[in-house]
Amino acid sequence: MLGLTIQQIAYIFQGAGWTIILSLLGFVGGTVLGLPIALARSSNSKALRVASSLLVQFIQGVPLPVIMFVVYFGISIGGFEVPALVAAGLAMTLYSGAYLGEIWKGCIQAVPKTQWEAAECLALTPAQRFVYVVLPQALRIAIPPTVGFMVQIVKNTSYAVVINFFDLTYSAKVINNSTFMPFTVFTLAAAIYFAICFPMSVLAQRYERKLHRS
Amino acid sequence: MNEAAIPRIQSKDSPAMSGSSQPMVRFHNLRKSYGAVEVLKGIDLEVSSGQVVALIGRSGSGKSTALRCVNGLERFQAGELHVCGYDLSAKDLNLRNLRQDVGIVFQSYNLFPHLTVEQNVTLAPRKVKGVGHTEARELAKEVLAQVGLSDKVDAYPEQLSGGQQQRVAIARSLAMKPKLMLFDEVTSALDPELTGEVLRTIERLAADGMTMMLVTHEMAFARSVADQVVFMHQGRVWEAGPGDMLLDPQTVELRQFVGSGL
Ligand SMILES: Nc1ncnc2c1ncn2[C@@H]1O[C@H](COP(=O)(O)OP(=O)(O)OP(=O)(O)O)[C@@H](O)[C@H]1O
Ligand SMILES: [Mg+2]
Repeated sequence: MLGLTIQQIAYIFQGAGWTIILSLLGFVGGTVLGLPIALARSSNSKALRVASSLLVQFIQGVPLPVIMFVVYFGISIGGFEVPALVAAGLAMTLYSGAYLGEIWKGCIQAVPKTQWEAAECLALTPAQRFVYVVLPQALRIAIPPTVGFMVQIVKNTSYAVVINFFDLTYSAKVINNSTFMPFTVFTLAAAIYFAICFPMSVLAQRYERKLHRS
Repeated sequence: MNEAAIPRIQSKDSPAMSGSSQPMVRFHNLRKSYGAVEVLKGIDLEVSSGQVVALIGRSGSGKSTALRCVNGLERFQAGELHVCGYDLSAKDLNLRNLRQDVGIVFQSYNLFPHLTVEQNVTLAPRKVKGVGHTEARELAKEVLAQVGLSDKVDAYPEQLSGGQQQRVAIARSLAMKPKLMLFDEVTSALDPELTGEVLRTIERLAADGMTMMLVTHEMAFARSVADQVVFMHQGRVWEAGPGDMLLDPQTVELRQFVGSGL
């Protein structure tokens, strides 16, 4: 098929499986890191705001492949041998955490101040105001940009190729090296990336339209 | 002029109020600035239990600021303010306790859009007072009946008219069983016909003996419902008295205000 053997195609799909796993790691890790960043960025404490803002600017100011290198070789300098998956997962966590934190900070701030005030006037504690009044509204606003960013996560996992992480890009490269059919191989890889990302884009767009209507 | 206008009018509806009992709200020479701009320049005002006080005045005269001081949304720099037995300048003031006694309703309703009418109304009683599930349902029924919206329990705010939303906001405050209610231009965002239904709700509350301070531009309403009308001008209580004061203004400013097409 396509001039490739079943084994070669299966190998490429195996890489795609790891792309999905790394994406999930990046999203879960990014959520765990992004939530506190979003809270700190919209906190009343100036120290927290400044510290979290610096962290975000720092991560956003470094290209993702370089983050991959720094994490991978940084950990091995410390004397620990880490699998590429762990290093890539950590790098994706830093990268997604910074961006998701910024996105969610915006969503929290998009909830009108008057909602905080109304909750305050009903004698709710600051934590109750956030949990019962602001957070549910911020979540609704957050769904489209978050799903949209998941597409970025999937695509950017391909940078893990710089630390020889076995993913879709890596497996395609390997097959290309043995078949010398770059057009076929990378078109197939592109089609698989697209097949993973496209449904998410559609979902994000549809939800966004629904939000605008209501 | 304004020094002469320290209003002290006992409510006609609460004969039990005696000279010895504390007023529910007492401003004494209260001053409040935003940065270098002083917007309240020494407010003296008392509201007794069961009384309805209407604050009127031009835009920027400090009505909202005065009202927001009462439930601690705004802090002030000098003077005294006592509300429901709380000293608002006390260092150890417990704002959350104060706010259980003082309800406030805003011009823009500020209902929680992601919650149904019932959830809007019962959120604070459940979370703040620990009211149980069935009890909360009963409470919602009771206060929604008070504002004439018993049939809207399961509606979301966006499915209601402005007037209905505002009445839900009133019910939400009532569910905390406040001793004092504050209303800040609660009909200003409404069409005339919807204004009427909200004003009637407030009138009924007044008849039931609720103590209220309300900022309003509805002069006829202020005159009919208020035991005391307070005309504010440039951050001061310029003139105060019973509703009929509006028929016979003592100051040029109030005469101009009343005469300006109202
Ligand atoms: N947060 C704020 N920061 C700075 N100045 C403020 C703030 N809020 C109100 N002011 C100023 O304080 C003054 C009194 O405002 P306030 O809102 O109390 O007036 P108001 O009588 O309620 O007017 P309106 O009828 O327009 O609601 C105005 O000059 C206003 O510009
Ligand atoms: Mg105002």
